[in-house]
Amino acid sequence: MTELAHGTVIVQSGEAVLPRWWRSVDRVSIGCILALFGIGILLGFASSPPLAERTGLPPFHYVIRQAFYGGLALVVMLVVSMLSPLTIRRLGVTGFFITVAAVALLPVFGTDFGQGAVRWYSLGFAALQPSEFLKPVFVVFSAWMIAASQELGGPPGKTVSLLVTGILVGFLAMQPDFGQAALLIFAWLVLYFVAGAPMAALFALMGAVGAGGVYAYNNSEHFARRIDGFLTAEVSPNTQLAFAEEAIRNGGLFGAGLGEGSVKWTLPDAHTDFIIAVAAEEYGLALVAVIIALFAAIATRGFFRLMRERDPFIRLAGTGLLSLFALQAFINLAVAVRMLPAKGMTLPFVSYGGSSLLSTGIAVGMILAFTRTRPQGDIRDHLIAQGR
Amino acid sequence: MTQRVPLRPLTRILKARAEGADPDLIERENLRLRHEAARDTLRQRSEGRLLLLALCFLLAFGAVGTQMAALATGEADEPVRAASTAGAEVTILNTRADITDRAGRVLATNFATNALYAHPHEIVDARAAADGLARIFPDLDADTLYARLNSEARFLWLRRYLSPEQEQMVHDLGEPGLHFGPREMRLYPNGRVAAHVLGGAGFGQEATNAAEVIGVAGIEAAFDTALRDPDRRAPLQLSVDLTVQDAVEQVLEGGMRLMNARAAGAVIMDAHTGEVYAMASLPDFDPNARPRPPVDGDPALSPLFNRTVQGVYELGSVFKTFTIAQAFELGLYNPDDVIDTSGPLQMSGFLIRDFRDYGPRQSVAEVFVRSSNIGTARIAQAIGGERQRDFLDRLGLLAPTQVEVMEAPLGRPLLPERWGELSTMTISYGHGISTSPLHLAAAYATIVNGGTRVQPTLLRQDSVTPGERVISETTSARMRALMRDVVASDIGTASFGEVPGYAVGGKTGTADLPLTAGGGYYEDRNLTTFAAAFPMDAPRFVVIVSLQEPAETSGQEPRRTAGWTAVPVAAEVIRRAAPLLGVRPSIAPGVTDRLSSTSN
Repeated sequence: MTELAHGTVIVQSGEAVLPRWWRSVDRVSIGCILALFGIGILLGFASSPPLAERTGLPPFHYVIRQAFYGGLALVVMLVVSMLSPLTIRRLGVTGFFITVAAVALLPVFGTDFGQGAVRWYSLGFAALQPSEFLKPVFVVFSAWMIAASQELGGPPGKTVSLLVTGILVGFLAMQPDFGQAALLIFAWLVLYFVAGAPMAALFALMGAVGAGGVYAYNNSEHFARRIDGFLTAEVSPNTQLAFAEEAIRNGGLFGAGLGEGSVKWTLPDAHTDFIIAVAAEEYGLALVAVIIALFAAIATRGFFRLMRERDPFIRLAGTGLLSLFALQAFINLAVAVRMLPAKGMTLPFVSYGGSSLLSTGIAVGMILAFTRTRPQGDIRDHLIAQGR
Repeated sequence: MTQRVPLRPLTRILKARAEGADPDLIERENLRLRHEAARDTLRQRSEGRLLLLALCFLLAFGAVGTQMAALATGEADEPVRAASTAGAEVTILNTRADITDRAGRVLATNFATNALYAHPHEIVDARAAADGLARIFPDLDADTLYARLNSEARFLWLRRYLSPEQEQMVHDLGEPGLHFGPREMRLYPNGRVAAHVLGGAGFGQEATNAAEVIGVAGIEAAFDTALRDPDRRAPLQLSVDLTVQDAVEQVLEGGMRLMNARAAGAVIMDAHTGEVYAMASLPDFDPNARPRPPVDGDPALSPLFNRTVQGVYELGSVFKTFTIAQAFELGLYNPDDVIDTSGPLQMSGFLIRDFRDYGPRQSVAEVFVRSSNIGTARIAQAIGGERQRDFLDRLGLLAPTQVEVMEAPLGRPLLPERWGELSTMTISYGHGISTSPLHLAAAYATIVNGGTRVQPTLLRQDSVTPGERVISETTSARMRALMRDVVASDIGTASFGEVPGYAVGGKTGTADLPLTAGGGYYEDRNLTTFAAAFPMDAPRFVVIVSLQEPAETSGQEPRRTAGWTAVPVAAEVIRRAAPLLGVRPSIAPGVTDRLSSTSN
């Protein structure tokens, strides 16, 4: 039978799960993600031995952990990508309520690990940061609400999700964790934007966010210090930023050579927030360009696939998750070149970190599930939509 | 655009009713169609917005990539500074106004030169470069340099500035990895002259293409902001006279050697305006190559230490001038009044002695001219501590001088914790209170100029309104007569101070130096001071000369008093400086015959 609708894959009923998955999933994106993960392990060999040495562990302790958690994250990602959007929505919304409860109970049961912000649950063998897991399920919940509001007789989803966002932002600001709060606001704004919000409302909301930022600047020392640090032209030469910049400069086009980098010895966060500096120093601009290209490829491919998606929930949820993923990568890279104020954000799949890897795995699994090719309605719908 | 479709298509409903069909079905169908249309609009809109989002992210990633590329391929800069200037390009202003003396002779100016740095990765032949550089700069070690040029570093500073000859020689090495960075350097064409007044300058913010010159001491630091003001055109004109300054430094240096002193200081100040014509402190340094602060030894003997402004000392008998002047001013004594000077004078377990026994009774004038501690202490008892303190305060001796060098606030006088009767008596002859030589100069100017307060200044003053009156004209005149007697009379302590034609007057001071460990004084180490003014009938200049630990060894045993050490040096200073200062010698009748027109 001839393919009548452009860009669709004919789904034969009764086809086995795995072949169907393989035919419909975005295989290029999976390839990009595997490449990123591989680069992450490669850089882990370079960046984490100094840390292991400092903490008195075998030199490749963190690489092994990274491989373990990364493998786990990849499995989770693949499993999630095989689920149907409906299942994801149900699991996601359930997960959302659980995570919100976890975040809300942080002040009671959480620990701050001496870092000044109560963000973690100590599980003994590992530390769990519930706000890491909050973002993907929050996007699913909000997308569900907003999509439902577009249905006939649907709930007032936009208002509900906006209220929920406000409450969650309040929780996160109390920790304080302004970074995650800003990400939630950003995610909701993207959803609202893609859901076809009127421009006036968008501008009004952005104004409100700006005003909130000013308020936070005036009332939170933590926040003000970060912003001030960014706005001053001078960087004290002993800060992480200065070291990172120096590392990128030292790397040049093709790098100082394997193991020749020095930034990993001076930067405490070389294996997490400043992994790109290690990449730049040892492998040069070449590898950095590859990493950026991989992220850009995942983002653009995802957005273009979502453009063809007709189901509002899938489109919205996919967009929100993909935006968060791309934004996180962008922020991490931009901080290292001082385009943005210092914000502890990991580079998805590349940086070391158990929670971060797992939550990224879940989020990217959902993205893959949402961007799978599926039949987009009948020919009539299609022709009307194209003909207008 | 939006086509208005009625919610209930009435014609169809009417028709359906006529046919007996369910009109609700039609309504629902209609609603469904409307909703689908709305959804399609929305979908179109979100398609566009998704495209926009994708473009935004592509742009963002592109920007990061570009920035990374710019950083990675950028010119290697000095690491530390590079990091600090990367965010916002900091422009380095390196205009700095000249400093001139009172006649407009240049004391400090700028000189365009180059700094030398290396990009080791661009070095072609590190061995040849290291050897060549070591030849040009003998203080560089070829092997160390070779190791540094061969290292992984991307950037190395080699020299802060080069002479034109050195620059040409580096050019001739033909090494592409060596680079020049333009620099303005501060140049003091007179070398060591007025070193402590000028202080010196160093580099502040440095980048390869420019460096900012900042004042680090002296007047360069005190006027740093004003000198760096890019709108400023006029040079900073000081009250210092280069020729007088040079003469004073030469004489003082010679005097210091001759008297075997460890350090010396001198001030020449206009008695009416407080303008400092010369201010010297030895040992000194070359501000073109300011030495590092010493890490060991007595910091007060370091070349960087400005003894005349920053150093505070118990100056000894030169303080008697103030005690006697106050006694006259208060009307307690007249110069011819005779007082009891039998000694030693015992006061709360402390013995006040004179250098020699001058007899049981002396006139006040004799007390001053012979420098009797006992007599002065007795007079101070009559004055009382509170009045004494107030008087010294009005002379400016109890607070740091306001002179325009960075070190001025450091010269804070040391005062007794409790200004009791004993303190009053010792302070009357200059012990138990420490001030700087510059304090002394200003206070003497006040005493001799007719009695108005003088503030020391290093800036040329074109008109000065007399300060507040501290003593009357009469008292000032009496003090001038007594000070002249110290030099001119047979019993005076400063007979070596006579300079023919200039009617020098003054007061000597010989103070034992306090033990470095504290709690007492050295027997054989002292600070000798001669505080003088000339010409004594209408004083124009005050001269202070002080020597630390002098010993005049021409006699049987070393002589350490001011009359044998500081006074002759001061006399020589006046002999050399007075003509340069434009003071005409007054020639006594009968002397003219013996002058020849070719005398030198």
